[in-house]
Amino acid sequence: MAGYDNMPDMELYQPVQIDDALALAARLAERGWLVGGGQDTYGWIKDRAKRPEALIDLNGIESLRGIRETEDGIEIGALTTLTELATNPIVNERYSLLSKAASVVASPQIRNAGTVGGNLVQDVRCWYYRRGLDCYRAGGNLCYADTPEAQNREHAIFEASRCVAVTPSDTGPALVALEAQMVITSANGTRVVPAESFFVGPEINIVKTTVLREGEILTAVRIPAKWANAEFYHEKVADRNVWDFALVSIAGALRIEGGNIVESSIVCGAVQCTPRRLTSVERAIQGQPRNEATATLVAGMASQGASPLNQNGFKIPLMDNLVTKLLTA
Amino acid sequence: MTPRLTRRRFIKSVIFSGAALSTGAGFYLTSAQTRQAGAVERLVSLNINGRTRRVDVMPQETLAYTLRYKLGLTGTKIGCNRGECGSCTVTISDVTHYACSTLTHSVKDKAVMTVEGLRAEDGTLHAVQAAFIAELSPQCGFCTPGQIMSAVALLKTNPRPTRDEARQALSGNLCRCGAYDHYLNGVMRASGQLS
Repeated sequence: MAGYDNMPDMELYQPVQIDDALALAARLAERGWLVGGGQDTYGWIKDRAKRPEALIDLNGIESLRGIRETEDGIEIGALTTLTELATNPIVNERYSLLSKAASVVASPQIRNAGTVGGNLVQDVRCWYYRRGLDCYRAGGNLCYADTPEAQNREHAIFEASRCVAVTPSDTGPALVALEAQMVITSANGTRVVPAESFFVGPEINIVKTTVLREGEILTAVRIPAKWANAEFYHEKVADRNVWDFALVSIAGALRIEGGNIVESSIVCGAVQCTPRRLTSVERAIQGQPRNEATATLVAGMASQGASPLNQNGFKIPLMDNLVTKLLTA
Repeated sequence: MTPRLTRRRFIKSVIFSGAALSTGAGFYLTSAQTRQAGAVERLVSLNINGRTRRVDVMPQETLAYTLRYKLGLTGTKIGCNRGECGSCTVTISDVTHYACSTLTHSVKDKAVMTVEGLRAEDGTLHAVQAAFIAELSPQCGFCTPGQIMSAVALLKTNPRPTRDEARQALSGNLCRCGAYDHYLNGVMRASGQLS
């Protein structure tokens, strides 16, 4: 790929009020591009794989920052950086699952700039797509990652529909496990969407990974008190500890009473286009203790129904082993 | 003392004259164009290494570009230009950022520090710089300015880090010579934990 040092000429808007940002987003629609930390943005534009006419830099909007306590849990502004999320005392104390997930994103510098909103709405990392090829996700009619000689070690083992890219987000699975609510604002008002239905797979929308429509901005994430101080387990398996995206990640929250698991919420990242909730495992471990025997009971259950591509069959045992680690940790 | 014409000085003077030309041309172009209502002003004040600099900045310009090609601060290196190597690391309000992945317009009211700003008025090197020299930390040296900035930011918040904390703090800076342990030795020396 040609190495471009600079981005092409664009307009830049730096609104300081959310209303101004919403008006701009509505007016510019698909010609505009919302920028939080920008860590997913600039690569696209430098590579000329995406060509927005204007950037809407949201960083000046103070109301989108910070972590607040609410009646039922906490609310995290979408522009809160991943470093803040990883080090915030409230998040660390009550929802350490999320702070752990935020602390393993990319590199320190990227976490200093990258925001939780951006981490959730970032585009997929399939390199064929990011190279600017005319694949399904880019509006074309073929998938370069699902051919006999394609390099698809990182791709999906579930729910592929033409596109086989996976969700790259580390905070996404953690927020689905914590049953978070996404606050989406537009010029027409605000809607609140459960984290699980915030992400959409290619069978529903092949060009977008979330339910966000043109003119809408993800303004905050609400985490209910339900899973506060539960037992958590998070692990991200990647080729490198820094920068890399997960090969498979797992985020789990468990409520244990009288030695048995009464409720659980377990989610895998990087196995399909959306965070995958392991409902069959959750049901099977209910009422069981968190131990080796329970792990044996549900062995292989997480990966049931997986259909691997040529090079990602290893994700099946990896996923099952992560469930075992979660139950025996 | 007459300043010798070194290779570095020569390159810098070429950059400066180029910057002067392009700034003039850019200024002419913007005044000729009609700027979209509400879009950013190109002429901005930046706070770089404690000095206020007036610069003509394109809307899409990255901080690494401004530093190197408009201000002649070539200590900040551009390696990958994609936020994947760390050689362009600078601090913005004492927090490390990749200058290649930062819009210059987003740092208008913030204090930017590059490797050039660490030296004291009298030329004394920063403790991290001195320690990196004492420990022979760099091999080829290309990633060194970034490693220094990450180490400086770490010591500001954590003056006596453990080796593991230092490893974490420098984990966003690649060194293709593989001199990682030498850099960590440097951080330990700079924090007075290695004599």
